Amino acid sequence: MNIDIPVRNEGEIATVYASDYLNKISGEKIERECRRQIADGCSTLVVNFKDTEIVNSIGVSILLGVIDAASTAGTEIVFSDVSKDTGHLFEMLGLTNHVEMKDV
Amino acid sequence: MSENQKQLVHTFSALAELGQEVANKNNFQDMIRTSLHLLLGSLAIMRGGIARYSRFGHELNFLAVRGLGDEFPLTAALGVEDEKEFLNSGMSDIELSQAKMLAFFHRYQKVLEHKNIEIIMPLIIRDELVGIIFLGEKATGEPYTSGDKEVVRAMCRHIGVGIHQRNIMIELERKADETLNLYEDMRLTYSDTVRAFAAAIDCKDKYTEGHSVRVGKYSEIIAGELGWSEDEKEGVAVAGYLHDVGKLTVDKNIINAPYRINAKQNAQLSKHPSVGYEILKPIHHPYTDVPLAAKYHHERIDGRGYPDGLFDREIPYIAKIVNLADSFDAMTTDRPYKRRRPANEVIEDMKRNSGRQFSPEIVKAFCGAMLNELTGTDKRKRFRRLLGAEYMEAEGIVPMLKNALNSVDKSPALTLVAMN
Repeated sequence: MNIDIPVRNEGEIATVYASDYLNKISGEKIERECRRQIADGCSTLVVNFKDTEIVNSIGVSILLGVIDAASTAGTEIVFSDVSKDTGHLFEMLGLTNHVEMKDV
Repeated sequence: MSENQKQLVHTFSALAELGQEVANKNNFQDMIRTSLHLLLGSLAIMRGGIARYSRFGHELNFLAVRGLGDEFPLTAALGVEDEKEFLNSGMSDIELSQAKMLAFFHRYQKVLEHKNIEIIMPLIIRDELVGIIFLGEKATGEPYTSGDKEVVRAMCRHIGVGIHQRNIMIELERKADETLNLYEDMRLTYSDTVRAFAAAIDCKDKYTEGHSVRVGKYSEIIAGELGWSEDEKEGVAVAGYLHDVGKLTVDKNIINAPYRINAKQNAQLSKHPSVGYEILKPIHHPYTDVPLAAKYHHERIDGRGYPDGLFDREIPYIAKIVNLADSFDAMTTDRPYKRRRPANEVIEDMKRNSGRQFSPEIVKAFCGAMLNELTGTDKRKRFRRLLGAEYMEAEGIVPMLKNALNSVDKSPALTLVAMN
């Protein structure tokens, strides 16, 4: 497990906390951690945005990679605690076509 | 803010970041990876790849891919005709449906369609195809609008410039390597030529065969002991090899005379330093003082040398080194009119003439190098190889060298008197 990326596992649900990584290239570690959780067999992957202020194009691309990995593995993917502005961005760009949005 | 405006803000932010990324990033791989993220993320494109085109191999090499899977080829052949087609299309996106006339498409049709590649964008910079970008479907599932394509074109142009700059850097590095190799070859050629010269000089004088080479080696040893750089040491060695080049113009009967030569013969022989200087001066040596070493290697710091009777600080340092090396070799080799002198006498001579003929600093360096070898501090057997182990290991040499080192003064009064 990447010690920089907080993760919580509850049964078959893995929650990865995106923190403020989704605006720079170091955010790729989010995708790596998500892929690791998917490969470990979680049935639901939750990406938690409670500490995420900004998601730029790099972050969108990283999240698309996560969506792609989950789709290939048949893993359900949930975005939780998304701020209003980020939510509008995801909707505008079509990410909400591929993920469920929830507040935890 | 309307949705359209928000979309524009998001897209233009990506474009601005991409411009900075291409302009500022020192690491090419990081730049390409980040650029692909920015391109895909700007329009939420599910998958894509950036490939660099190599004209020499006629192939595309993928620099970064996302979402294309393991079966997507990381290298793809691109024929000359395809290259021409891409150049003709300019930096315009080619939709997959239009790409069907390309041989490239037919070769990779299955994998391109399987991965839902919708757009192929050739990267053309200064009329040269530098790469191709492949883009998959948008996350919205909607087709690319004309506005989307404008954004893609603008971003791809930035990425193309980044790849083109990288290609130029690689070419510059290759040329720099080539130049360096050429320089090394020239250095070796120069080095070989110098040694051949030294051998030719020594051939004229059968009693001092190897003299020039030994003087070169002693000079190099002194420079090493003084802490000079590798280049500087090499320069001094060359000065040693060539110091007697002027003797090529001296009658060999004078050089090989088994008796002490007369004044007239001595006058002719004494010209050899100046003649050597005239021979070496027109040559472009990598080391500037080589001709000066030839000219002044018979000067003495007390001003009683020749050809110009220079005093200590007027004599080029390199000439002072060659002077000691030359004298040392003359004392330690057999000549037509005299045998080599025992090592203890030679050391005593150097000590006595320190501050008169020889620079004290150089005498100390030379004696120091000999002592280091004899005491084992320096494991190299340079003096033993040049003089013979028996000669070097004669009794009493080590204490004599220690005594010489202690007693040699760096600032002899004689020099101060001469300057006054």
